[in-house]
Amino acid sequence: MGIKSELSHTFWITWKDLMELRRSKMRMAMMVLMPLIMMAMMSFMFPSTNSVSNIPVMMVNADPGAMGSGIVQALEQINSASGMMVLKNASSEEEARDMIVEGNALGAIVIPENFSQILTTRSSTVNITVITDNSNPQISQMLSQVLTQIIDSMGERYAVMGLEPIARNIGVNPVAMVVPFRAEAKGVTEGGSYVEFVIPGLLMMTMISSVMTGLPRAIAYEKDIGTMNGFLAAPISRFSIIGGKALGRIIRGFIQGILSLILAIVLFRINVYGNLLAIFAILFLGVFSFVGLGIVLTSVAEDEETASMIIMTLTLPMMFLSGIFFPIQMMPSFMQTISKWLPFTYAVDAMRRIMVFGATLGNVYNDVLVMLIFGIATLIIAIPVFERGMTR
Amino acid sequence: MAEIIEVNDLVKVFRNGVRAVDGVSFTVSKGEIFGFLGPNGAGKSTTLRMLSTLLRPTSGTAIIDGLDVVRDAREVRKRIGLVAEKMILYDYLTPYENLRLFGKLYSIEEKELDKRINELLKTVEMDKWKNERVKNFSTGMRQRINLVRGLINYPKVLFLDEPTLGLDPHSSVEIRQLIAKLNKEMNITVILTTHYMEEVDALADRIAIMNNGKIAALDTSENLKRRISEETILEAKVTDSAGALKAVRALEYVRDVSSSDGVLRITGQGRDFVDAVINSIKSTGAKIISIKEVEPSLEDVFIKLTYGGE
Repeated sequence: MGIKSELSHTFWITWKDLMELRRSKMRMAMMVLMPLIMMAMMSFMFPSTNSVSNIPVMMVNADPGAMGSGIVQALEQINSASGMMVLKNASSEEEARDMIVEGNALGAIVIPENFSQILTTRSSTVNITVITDNSNPQISQMLSQVLTQIIDSMGERYAVMGLEPIARNIGVNPVAMVVPFRAEAKGVTEGGSYVEFVIPGLLMMTMISSVMTGLPRAIAYEKDIGTMNGFLAAPISRFSIIGGKALGRIIRGFIQGILSLILAIVLFRINVYGNLLAIFAILFLGVFSFVGLGIVLTSVAEDEETASMIIMTLTLPMMFLSGIFFPIQMMPSFMQTISKWLPFTYAVDAMRRIMVFGATLGNVYNDVLVMLIFGIATLIIAIPVFERGMTR
Repeated sequence: MAEIIEVNDLVKVFRNGVRAVDGVSFTVSKGEIFGFLGPNGAGKSTTLRMLSTLLRPTSGTAIIDGLDVVRDAREVRKRIGLVAEKMILYDYLTPYENLRLFGKLYSIEEKELDKRINELLKTVEMDKWKNERVKNFSTGMRQRINLVRGLINYPKVLFLDEPTLGLDPHSSVEIRQLIAKLNKEMNITVILTTHYMEEVDALADRIAIMNNGKIAALDTSENLKRRISEETILEAKVTDSAGALKAVRALEYVRDVSSSDGVLRITGQGRDFVDAVINSIKSTGAKIISIKEVEPSLEDVFIKLTYGGE
């Protein structure tokens, strides 16, 4: 039996699997819908500063003087450009607090009674209070951050105005007197929304789960309904069987992966900085590194039910620990340690670096190495395990 | 070489310790239809799975066409076909595509394959359906395609594992006729497992009755029936079958009694057997409406060998 006929057998088994997929309308529809729903969920579910809008915020201006209404006007102007908040007036801090407690507002801005007076006399500093609904931590944190920034910079501008005559006298820039230096934060590339953070990982996950979970399930299913016997009783190598099945899964995963990528670019306008070839290379390497594990699971799972249970138990923690959804650095340290032992983490990391930072394969050689070693090691274990599992 | 299959002391012990096949030996001649009969769990399917290279025997040997099923598995696979109750068919493919897929796995050249598929589908009268998806076919139609799928490589030996299980009587008869026809026309040796008596009775040249992993008897249908012919079987229609049953069962001449619809079926032997049976029925006060002696059926042999007797 030559390599050529082994490859032909592999091809025909792949053909059969893809044919079954193509002819089932439901499966075809799901194949397109799954990445679409996934992408949509990820991009709409998590707030980013520039996508949040219409947060109801109470405006309390207790100041009878001109300064208070000036601040209110300035805030309204800034807000009308971004549409982040819906500003409503309240007569007192108590009323604003009640509105928040009742859930009618998510925050409040309170200008104190003596605001104009203190500002004109410049006898001390005075606070504008920002109150937030801390039962909603994400919005609360974001709101207080944004409002603090806006109010702080208004204060700076007011200080600059007051210093202007003196500064002109001594010939310096008044801004340099008030704010001598600032922090300037820059990303390696532009962009950096949550979608851009999540999509490389999702892409990797779609591909890898196609072999890691799809392969054992597909083979266990054929064992259950008895069609596997047709392959096993035919004069073909056992590797044509597993190879054909795996290839079918890889092609399916790849189609889904590309589809997700196109959706992400078209619908969510994410920027892909990396080389497309490097992206494909990492996708394939990621899949390769998991084929061995997929085969081991196939040999261990006796029926479809068992296969599904093993897969769920393995993939769920892997998905969360590998840093697809949350940065690994946000996890407690023992989890970070576990994460370091998951090859999935490296696949996701490499993909993200290439897609978002435009890294080259050389930049992520560490990840590439881990995936290669894991892939080869699991394959070496998988081959004898599979052979034994098939002829009991 | 007349013997195409030689099995010697075949044993299969599963991981959980169950001894499914416990020292089975037999030979099958070329062109023979060889039937395995036995209750569920007797070891017939396990034997068949070992012969068709799907299971590795724990010990013993099985030679098919001069080749060892373990050592020369791949060569054996080229020479065998497998048809099981769990059909090896893909619903989303057409009959033609199903046969083509398996033909490709046997590395049959394209032109020859096309010819074979059309021929085989014609044999089972499925040629007009060859481009419809299997999904919409009845169980009988599927089994016909499944049967010829097992023949795509023109095997020397065809293994049939419960081929008519779950089919309606009409389809079952059809499949049996097909098996007989294929056996004759293509000179295929057929190994059949079933628990339908009439199936092996009608088809098999020889029958192996299996029980508890062992072959309890191996012979032609006639010889197996003759084996218990020193016994007499009476069928008596009586007015009070329940009372009569009790009385008859107590007789020492009687080996087995069963009753259905007021008819007692009594198996036993001895010079006074018939007389004793009639007397004991009468002594209960029941009336005998009719009584006759019947020929033993394969079922009687089966029951004697697997449950009673030995």
